[in-house]
Amino acid sequence: MASQRRDAAIVGIHEYPSRDVEGKISALQMKAASAARALADAGLNWSDVDAIYDAGEGAPMSGLMISEYFGIQPTVMDTTGVGGSSYEFHTAHALQAIREGKAKVALLTYGSTAHSNAMAIGAGGRGGGVSPGDNMETFAGQTLIANYAMVAHRHMHEYGTTSEQLAEISTATRYHAMRNPEAVQAMTDLEFVGIQETTIADVVNSRMIADPLHLLECCMVSDGGGAVVIASADVAADCRKAPVWILGTGEATKYPQNGGDITTSAGAQSAPIAFAEAGVTAAEMDIAMIYDSFSITVLTLLEDLGFCAKGEGGAWVEGGRLRFDRPNDGPALNTDGGGLSSNHPGMRGIFLLLEATRQLRGESTSQVADAKLAIAHGNGGMLGARHSAGTVILGRN
Amino acid sequence: MSEEQKIPTRPLPKLTELDTAEFWRGTKNKEFRYQQCANCGTIVWHPRAHCTGCVDGDLQWQTSAGLGKIYSFSVVRLSYHPFFRGEAPYAVAYVDLDEGPRFLTNVVGVDDPAADVHIGQRVKVHWETHEELSIPLVTPV
Repeated sequence: MASQRRDAAIVGIHEYPSRDVEGKISALQMKAASAARALADAGLNWSDVDAIYDAGEGAPMSGLMISEYFGIQPTVMDTTGVGGSSYEFHTAHALQAIREGKAKVALLTYGSTAHSNAMAIGAGGRGGGVSPGDNMETFAGQTLIANYAMVAHRHMHEYGTTSEQLAEISTATRYHAMRNPEAVQAMTDLEFVGIQETTIADVVNSRMIADPLHLLECCMVSDGGGAVVIASADVAADCRKAPVWILGTGEATKYPQNGGDITTSAGAQSAPIAFAEAGVTAAEMDIAMIYDSFSITVLTLLEDLGFCAKGEGGAWVEGGRLRFDRPNDGPALNTDGGGLSSNHPGMRGIFLLLEATRQLRGESTSQVADAKLAIAHGNGGMLGARHSAGTVILGRN
Repeated sequence: MSEEQKIPTRPLPKLTELDTAEFWRGTKNKEFRYQQCANCGTIVWHPRAHCTGCVDGDLQWQTSAGLGKIYSFSVVRLSYHPFFRGEAPYAVAYVDLDEGPRFLTNVVGVDDPAADVHIGQRVKVHWETHEELSIPLVTPV
């Protein structure tokens, strides 16, 4: 496509392998270790980094101390912190900084010891807190999953979506997780029961956590971290691995509104912006890395990103359509195993970028042959309340 | 009384939160109040100091009749909160009041929340009284 610009690319990645560090490694240490490996992956060094992106999860006032900790001297700093989609926002901002000539090498890092700290962010955890709105809501005891469950209930009510259809998300991601040794190790370390491929019946017969969502529709609570290095085209040309180009990005937010529709997320706003910039469509995507906090998150987002019409997601995902070995049927979903079956330390957005990059490099454990285009879509906050949407379209040479 | 013997209680709103304190003060008299802008007509919820519909806002307090219907709900079966752990299973719902505001609450007064709560169900506010304020729960009409 003539209008498509290739100004910045992901040139280095690293996923911290352990999902259970047993309290022996800090989030900051995970960030630094991942950054070093990602820079080495690119053939770069700390001294090459001139732009730092940090969501603030590692330490208070991280924008002030993270450069010192890493030992770098960036001239672009961005501490956008919008929950799990922060890393898609960082990617968007890094692309802008590089296009403007303000930066050449951007570093994004993430680290979390959510599992070691027994931080309740998953099935039974309380919803996060951000605003005066919380003072109107905490009395009701809404768990995080209950908020997503309300989206699922409304989706079922309006469109006839079934639990069996939602379970397709869980079975597809588990199918991919069983091929990823790090995901299998994660499920082992976190003492999952039944570490094997799952059926629709397994999912809908698992314990109800918050109606209508079952245990196997909920992400795990793990430790984890990672890093992404983004570079300008001239730097990318000399890096060790083939560049994965950032073709388009989009950002949006949504929150509870009187009379609003909670079956549509902010992704419906961010995705068209990203696709328009990239000059491609959802139908062309080989890979869909979509934030799978819960099954309903993916179903809602598949519709919002334009893979199918609003309300048709349930029927669209039926029959194992999202598996990596069904390339003619649509995109492969979360081929690392996702938050449902590989890792979810609280803010999963960086892992979406990591696995999308592996796919476009040909390095995935559930590799889609000749994958050319990928979408990474992060959802931060709560899907049925205030949340952020970050969409990134990636393409290989 | 030792820590172990304390009976867990519902987390209550803070009357020191500046945007929402006025709402909560009204609940002491079992009034469900919401704001409407006298300049542009926007109904603002949650309560706050400025109008989200116009920059010349003039927010006025209105009182709801306390009737509405369930927009969506979930039945919480697992909570790690010391109070809500003992309440499970309980229904959390978004309720659309007839006057417009959509608020988050619990549906009470039902035998089995999974069987007796429905989207579209008519409900009315049921006040749970506390020392300084009351909590607006709902119950089927």
